[in-house]
Amino acid sequence: MYRYDQYDQAIVDARVDEFRDQVARRLSGEFTEDQFKPLRLKNGLYLQLHAYMLRVAIPYGTLDGRQMRMLAHIARKYDRDYGHFTTRQNIQYNWIKLEEAGDILADLASVEMHAIQTSGNCIRNISSDQFAGAAADEVGDPRPWAELLRQWSTFHPEFSYLPRKFKIAVVGSDTDRAAIQLHDIGLQLVEQGGELGFKVFVGGGMGRTPIIGACIKDFLPARHFLSYQEAILRVYNRYGRRDNIYKARIKILVTELGAEEFARQVEAEWREILPLGIDAPVAEIERIEGFFAPPPFETGLADDVDLSDPDFAVWVKQNVHAHKVPGYAIATISLKPVGGIPGDASSAQIERIADLAERYSFDEIRVTHAQNLVLPHVRKADLYALWQGLRDADLANANLDLASDIIACPGLDYCSLANARSIPVAQALAERLAPIERDPGELKIKISGCINACGHHHAGHIGILGVDRKGEENYQLLLGGSGAEDASLAKIIGPGFTQDGVVEAVDKVLGRYRELRTDGERFLDTYRRVGVDPFKAAVYG
Amino acid sequence: MVELRFRDDAAVDEPGTTLDGFLDQSNATAVRIEAGEDVRRLLPFLDRLRLVEIAFPTYRDGRGYSAARILREAGYTGELRAAGDVLVDQLWFMRRTGFDSFAPEKALDPAAVERALNRYASVYQRAADGRPPVWKLRHG
Ligand code: HEM
Ligand code: SF4
Repeated sequence: MYRYDQYDQAIVDARVDEFRDQVARRLSGEFTEDQFKPLRLKNGLYLQLHAYMLRVAIPYGTLDGRQMRMLAHIARKYDRDYGHFTTRQNIQYNWIKLEEAGDILADLASVEMHAIQTSGNCIRNISSDQFAGAAADEVGDPRPWAELLRQWSTFHPEFSYLPRKFKIAVVGSDTDRAAIQLHDIGLQLVEQGGELGFKVFVGGGMGRTPIIGACIKDFLPARHFLSYQEAILRVYNRYGRRDNIYKARIKILVTELGAEEFARQVEAEWREILPLGIDAPVAEIERIEGFFAPPPFETGLADDVDLSDPDFAVWVKQNVHAHKVPGYAIATISLKPVGGIPGDASSAQIERIADLAERYSFDEIRVTHAQNLVLPHVRKADLYALWQGLRDADLANANLDLASDIIACPGLDYCSLANARSIPVAQALAERLAPIERDPGELKIKISGCINACGHHHAGHIGILGVDRKGEENYQLLLGGSGAEDASLAKIIGPGFTQDGVVEAVDKVLGRYRELRTDGERFLDTYRRVGVDPFKAAVYG
Repeated sequence: MVELRFRDDAAVDEPGTTLDGFLDQSNATAVRIEAGEDVRRLLPFLDRLRLVEIAFPTYRDGRGYSAARILREAGYTGELRAAGDVLVDQLWFMRRTGFDSFAPEKALDPAAVERALNRYASVYQRAADGRPPVWKLRHG
C-alpha cells in the first residue's frame, strides 16, 4: 500500500483548508450557488435530487482496514449509515450536509484519502485491476504507475480545465478487468525484450456515443510514461471540441481526426516535451514500487480446501480466483445480495470487511468496477473462516459474474439527470434470475438510468437503458457488449419496455440462449455466434 | 485593466494586435491570442515580442494554459498576460503555466489572491514556473 510522505499529506491538508474556506463563504452568502458550483465540483460534491452527494476517490481501488473503517465512520456519522461503491472504484455518499462537508474531507485526510478531482473537467480518479499484485497472469503490478499518475494529475496546472472529464485506467495483464478500452486513456503494462512498457489505447468511452479505444502506441517505454501522457493531454486540451458538451470527450477528437492522425500529433507534441524533464526519475518509480512490494507470503502452504460444506463450496467455486502464490487465493465479496442495491454497503458491513481484511488478507481491500470488493491475498486454509465471517454479515453472496451480479447506476432514485429508475429494475431482475443463474454461468447485466451510461449498459452482455417515453419510464434492451479484453458495444434490439416488460424480455432472451447454446458456451459467445435475430424473435414474437 | 503584475520591467502600453495582424506586420511587439489560435505560429518571432496577451473567454476554456506553456517552453521571456474571465481560483494554475500578468474582467479580492497563490507549498509536476516537482524534492 502506498503511504503519504510529508509532501503528499501537506497537499491534501491544504486542500481541506481551502475547501473549508470555500464552504464557509458559501454558507455566509458571500458566494452564490453559481459561484460555488465549480469549486465544490472540484472536490466531488454534487447537488443531487434530495441532498448533496460526495464522491470520495479510492485511487486504483486499493485501500486498507484503517481507511475502510473511516469510510464506515463517515457513513455512520454524516450519512444514513451506508455508502455506495461505484463503477469507477470510488465510494459515494448520498445524504451529505454542506455544513459537514469540510469535516468529512478532514476525516478522510487523516487516513490519507481525499475527494480531489472526483468530478469536473479534469483527470479523474485513476482506476486499475482489482487483482493487481495478486493475479496469476500479470506482467507487473500496475498500481505504482497508477499512483504516479495520481500524483502527476493532481492539480495539474495545464489540464485542470479540459474540454470534458478525463478517465484513465491501467492494467498489468492481458485479461482486462478494468475496461481499459472504454476509458479516455487505457494503459496496459507489457514487456518487450526484457524492458517494461505500455500499450496505449485512446478515445474509448461510453456515454451517448460509445466508442472502443484505439491503440495508438504498441510500446511506450516505461521511463517515458508521464511525458507521453502529457503529450496526449496537450493535444486534447488544445484541439478537443469545446463548442458542444456532447462532443467534447477525447473520443470525438480521435474519431474526427482518425486514430492515425491523432497518434501523429501526439508523437509530434511528445518530441517537443521529451527534453523538458517531465518524466519522474527511476528513483521515484522505485520508491513508489517499494510500497507495493508483495506482502510476506508464507511458503509451503497446502493448496487444498475442504469443500465439505456445500454452501461454502458454491461460494469458493464462484467468488474465489487463483493467486500467483501457492496456498493463497483471491476472494471477491459480492455487494449484490438479491433484492439489495448494487454496490451499497452498510457501516457495519464495511467495518466487518475491514476486520476480515486485517485478519486474513494482509490488511488489503480492493474495489472492483463491477461494484464489488476483493480481499486479494487470502490463505486457502483461511477461506472457510473468512466465508463464515462474511456470511454472518450478509456478505457471502455466491454470485460473482452471474446474472444477479448486476451493475446499476443510482438512476432516478437519486440522480438529477436520470430518465428512469435503475435500482428497482436490478432488484426485480436479480429476484427473477437468481434461482436459475448457475446454469447460464457468466452473464454481465448492466443498467443505466439515462444515456450517460454510468451503469456501463453498452458493455453489458445484456444492457438495459432507461429512457423517458412521453413522461413514462421506459427501458431499452441491448445485447452483446463486453468491457473485457474482447471489448464490444451492445446494440439495442428493438422497441423498449416497461419495467415488468424488460424483466420478461431478459427472461425470454435467456430461454432462447439455453436452446441455442453449445456445451459450456456463455451467453455472450452464443450471441456472437448466432447474431441478434433469434433473440429478437424470442422477445418480440 | 492590468490588475496584477509579477514583473519588474516597464509595462507594455501598446495594445496587442491580432495574431494575423501581428504576422503581417514586422514591427509590432505585442499580440493578443484568442482561445484556439495556435501560438506556435509566434515561435519565429519570440525575440521581438514583449507582450503576449491570451484571452480566456470563460474560465472553463483551458486552452490558454497550453498556449502559455508552449511559449515558455520555447524560451519566451516577455510578459504573458491572462485576460478575460480570470478568477481567483485559476490564478495559481496560470502562474504555474507561465503567466506573469493578469487583466481580469472582474476585480479580484487582494486577500483572496494572496491566499490562492500561497496555499500549496509543493507541486507534483514540472511546469513553466521553475518549481521543482515533489519527486525532485524527494530525490534531489
Ligand atoms: C449520481 C450522480 C451522477 C451524475 C450526475 C453523473 C453524471 C454523469 C454524466 C453526465 C456522464 C456522461 C459524461 C459524458 O458522456 O461525457 C457520466 C458518465 C459516467 N459515469 Fe456518472 N454520474 C453520476 C453517478 C455515477 C455513478 C454512481 C457511477 C458509478 C457507479 C458513475 C460512473 C460513470 C461512468 C463509468 C461513466 C461513463 C464514462 C464514459 O462516458 O466514458 N457515475 N456520468
Ligand atoms: S446513467 Fe444517468 S441516471 Fe444513471 S447515474 Fe449516470 S447520469 Fe444518473
